[in-house]
Amino acid sequence: MTVREIVEKLNLRVFSGAEGLDKEVTGGYVSDLLSDVMGFAKDGSVWVTLQTHKNVMAIAALKELAAVIIVKGFEPEDDAREVSDEEGIPILGSSEQTFELAGKIYNLLNP
Amino acid sequence: MKLEYDVAAGDFTRAGFASSSIKKALKQLGVSPAVVKRVVIAVYEAEVNIVAHANGGRITADIEPDGINVVLADTGPGIPDVEKAMQKGFSTASKEVREMGFGAGMGLPNIKENADSLRIETEVGKGTTLYIYIKF
Repeated sequence: MTVREIVEKLNLRVFSGAEGLDKEVTGGYVSDLLSDVMGFAKDGSVWVTLQTHKNVMAIAALKELAAVIIVKGFEPEDDAREVSDEEGIPILGSSEQTFELAGKIYNLLNP
Repeated sequence: MKLEYDVAAGDFTRAGFASSSIKKALKQLGVSPAVVKRVVIAVYEAEVNIVAHANGGRITADIEPDGINVVLADTGPGIPDVEKAMQKGFSTASKEVREMGFGAGMGLPNIKENADSLRIETEVGKGTTLYIYIKF
């Protein structure tokens, strides 16, 4: 499944990094602790978080994640969007909270 | 190949610059992705530790045919109890740093788990130097 398909199926907002929408998603990771993601997220995953700052994108790029999804209607900071565009890693947004959103993504990836 | 970077204290907007640059160099050299991933984790965590805890520091990466040596030397408060600092969940990070999602007490454990060798030299009030080696 591509990032774009997840965006369409879950009606997510695309804040930035639209160039990466056709990336293949191979899994997901949910955490607001950056070192947790750094240590344990797998490349190709979508990362669900409520963090909105630039370091999220530094980690997403280093870990070669497919996309970052920000929950609860939060919006990414401008410099985070810049890195997202540079790296072609989309930042997406949802008004839902983590539990519901993660469940839906899980179901999409594990039909 | 030798790569060197200065790391400024408190500048989280630049955190990850050295790790990213080292990652690119290793990929260009054709180092296996599994090894590159471990180097990235170890160096990023150590880089962030300098930003979050020290007064600044310098990262030197020495890429040899069979492995990479990374030395991360900072001037800063030093680590009074290294054994404690190595424990998962232990952190002395400020509230502001924690609110960003750093300071979960996972940095040094992440480094140890991904490095083939980790040596820490530290002196309270002076600074800390990490020696990380990862073989290819």
